[in-house]
Amino acid sequence: MPWRVQVEPRIADVPRWLPPLVSLGALLLALVLGGVVLAMVGGNPLRAYEHMVKAAFGDIGVLSDTLTKATPILLCGLACALAFRVKLWNIGAEGQFFLGAWAASAVVLAPVLPGDAPRVLMLFVMAMAGFLGGALWGFVPGLLKAKLNVNEVLTTLMMNYIAIHWNNYFIFAVWSEQGFQMSRKFPTSAWLPRLTDYAKQVPSFAGLTTDLGLLVGLIAAGILWWVLYRSRWGFEIELMGDNPKAARYAGINIARNTILVMMLSGGLAGLAGMSEISGVVHRLQGAISPGYGFTGIIVAWLAKLNPLVVVPVSILFGALILAGREIQPSGIAKLLQGIILFCLISSEVLLRYRVRVVRVKQA
Amino acid sequence: MSEATYAVEMRGIVMRFPGVLANDRVDFDLRAGEIHALLGENGAGKSTLMNVLAGMYRPELGTIRVHGLPVELRSPRDAIERGIGMVHQHFMLVPSQTVTENILLGLDEPRFRMRLPYYEGRVAQLGQDFGLHVDPHCKIWQLSVGEQQRVEILKMLYRGANILIMDEPTAVLAPQEIKDLFRVLRGMVTEGKSIVFISHKLGEVMQIADRITVLRKGRVTAAGLRPADTSPVEMARLMVGRTVLFRIEKEPKSPGDVILAVEGVSALNDKGLPALRSISFQVHAGEILGIAGVAGNGQPELAEVITGLRRCTAGRVLLRGQAISNRPARIAIEGGVGHIPEDRREVGTSPNLSITSNLILKAYRKPPIAKGPSIDRPRAQRRAVDLKAQYEIMAPSVDTAVRFLSGGNLQRVILAREISAGPGLMIAMQPTRGLDVGAIEGVQQMLLELRRAGTAVLLVSEELDEIVSLSDRVAVIYEGQIVGEIPGDRCDDERDRIGLMMTGHYKEGAAQPGQQKDEGGQRGGT
Repeated sequence: MPWRVQVEPRIADVPRWLPPLVSLGALLLALVLGGVVLAMVGGNPLRAYEHMVKAAFGDIGVLSDTLTKATPILLCGLACALAFRVKLWNIGAEGQFFLGAWAASAVVLAPVLPGDAPRVLMLFVMAMAGFLGGALWGFVPGLLKAKLNVNEVLTTLMMNYIAIHWNNYFIFAVWSEQGFQMSRKFPTSAWLPRLTDYAKQVPSFAGLTTDLGLLVGLIAAGILWWVLYRSRWGFEIELMGDNPKAARYAGINIARNTILVMMLSGGLAGLAGMSEISGVVHRLQGAISPGYGFTGIIVAWLAKLNPLVVVPVSILFGALILAGREIQPSGIAKLLQGIILFCLISSEVLLRYRVRVVRVKQA
Repeated sequence: MSEATYAVEMRGIVMRFPGVLANDRVDFDLRAGEIHALLGENGAGKSTLMNVLAGMYRPELGTIRVHGLPVELRSPRDAIERGIGMVHQHFMLVPSQTVTENILLGLDEPRFRMRLPYYEGRVAQLGQDFGLHVDPHCKIWQLSVGEQQRVEILKMLYRGANILIMDEPTAVLAPQEIKDLFRVLRGMVTEGKSIVFISHKLGEVMQIADRITVLRKGRVTAAGLRPADTSPVEMARLMVGRTVLFRIEKEPKSPGDVILAVEGVSALNDKGLPALRSISFQVHAGEILGIAGVAGNGQPELAEVITGLRRCTAGRVLLRGQAISNRPARIAIEGGVGHIPEDRREVGTSPNLSITSNLILKAYRKPPIAKGPSIDRPRAQRRAVDLKAQYEIMAPSVDTAVRFLSGGNLQRVILAREISAGPGLMIAMQPTRGLDVGAIEGVQQMLLELRRAGTAVLLVSEELDEIVSLSDRVAVIYEGQIVGEIPGDRCDDERDRIGLMMTGHYKEGAAQPGQQKDEGGQRGGT
């Protein structure tokens, strides 16, 4: 062989253009691999992809549906991105989502506020409750990690199940509507405004389900970007994530920040839960998440933990969920998600090592 | 004839690491049935030489004979096949497995079925034979450090080692455990084993060794001495040496107010063992107090207690009269305590962050770098550019991640950060370790510059030469206590005494200082 592939550790800074290029390459490779699977089950990959794109972005109506799907993913992706930056592996966004949904519902169903309370007040209190519910679910693993060094992967994962069953208890028993496994429908004062609600003023909004949650998500992404990249606290947690020993040496309170990050992360996922039941489902029920919290993990990685990049990536994943309904076998969309994550994590190697093709000298 | 008497003969061993000649034509003999101590300071090349014998390193030059036969040791497996086993300073045991499982790990027998009870019996029997009592089915994590060491020794004996290398075996042990270990080593020698005992503790070596070889800076300074034919003073000098010092210009200066007062501080190390035992001293403004001592005598713990990174169990630390011990590290930083940590990569810097970020590691809290809740990035950038030029940090730009920097440049980043903060007290831990000659001089000049500016400097170093040339006063730390203090201008004459103190062989007041000093002076003259 006159050529040999040589892999060596990088000894200089990675050029700025490389990481996005590598991510894009990984995405393309994932689509190719997904295409191979599609072809193996007898489909035409190109036509399938074309159909998926149409199903997600084809017209303003499906685009709006895509954005609606993207909203909880966006908030969960932000939740994961924040925690992962500090190397706190919060894989409990799903449970935090459920607890946020539950706490927001409690405002209506307990009830904390009467059904005829002003809409602004109602929504504000629900959002706060949702955030706090998720934050509580992040606080427990955060406290255990900070004080007893309990592995947060295990605690957050386990607490997902507690949250889901906690939720089930309420929809099966306490708030069950005539024995159905769901609560009664919320009064409209507890509904997040949707575009279609303004069809009278703007006729072209008719039928568009995108709700205010999207705006909340976009604002959250902006704020989180500022906190992570510009604020003093963001510097503290960046340092903690990169080298906890140096952070301790610099006088940073690691226990306090660990708990805060977990609470804020949980709070964002909880807000996703609130936004989903208040903006889309309008009642508390069992099947409110097709795994948004877990999708958030993939989204955060794909976005390289940058809150602003989480936005387009979550739209892509919203599209995948939507398009997944349109093609058979229906597992293809989930499969694609898995392949994307796999390619992406593998592609990290290219950032840490450089691959060179060298000519082998002939003897 | 040599077949009969020598277990090991090493001739002309040369071992080089990048930038360091660790072993420079070293000869070493181990007689069958003796305990041969290898004595020397940290970095003298003791462990390197023995790692060569244990097959871990391959020397550039030199020959090794084991029981008279020339051998080539390519791996630890080769070494153990010739009956050479090394017990490392850091144990290589699996905590969640039992003693027996650890001993069997990596062996060809048992093949598939574990038959643990049978092997437990064998391990118990081996322990009985050599007085190494340890329960074969205990898990490693349940054992004390002394017991874990016994497991390491058993591991080697089980593999048929008859030449045992013990790398600083007493460093981790409590006094009673050391007694037990010595009893075991004696027992093993009478059973026909030969032992190399690596140490830098003079007292132990004089007690246990049949013969002593001293290494200094990679060279043998004395070979095969008998303890009876030598004295602790001579040993200390062979070990610490008497080199011509770089004369560092240091103008006389009368110290100012007390800045740092350490009062009866005790603290535990990470393993929960006492590291500092009621230690007390003061550092004045414009003064360098050098703490001399061999590694593992409480130096890092001392720095950590002062900087608020470790709790003390007794006593207190006062900064300008204010107690700062057992308070958050931030209090010390804000009180003007600079800290050059021992471990620049693990503690002093954050590898993937830029030079700029590393330079504001502590300053980000306060204006001008802090601007409300945010950080003034452009200002941080300007400051980094200035400091990079002033401290001659070699890097493509201030945005470079510090993990790409060399040790010397990394140390400059740390110094730039700590000195530019204008500290009232500087804790300098091993500030020149691992740096090349030019960088060392630069760092030392900066410390003197601090002294000139009226900063109190606590200099902790294992380089006695450095301590002696920079310090106004030298205090010697041994097992977490200050065992003696010498004014800087008398240090040259008192090197022997410092060497003895460092090795725990001399406590102030225990002998007549005058007599010691005279003796040292005479020997120095010849």
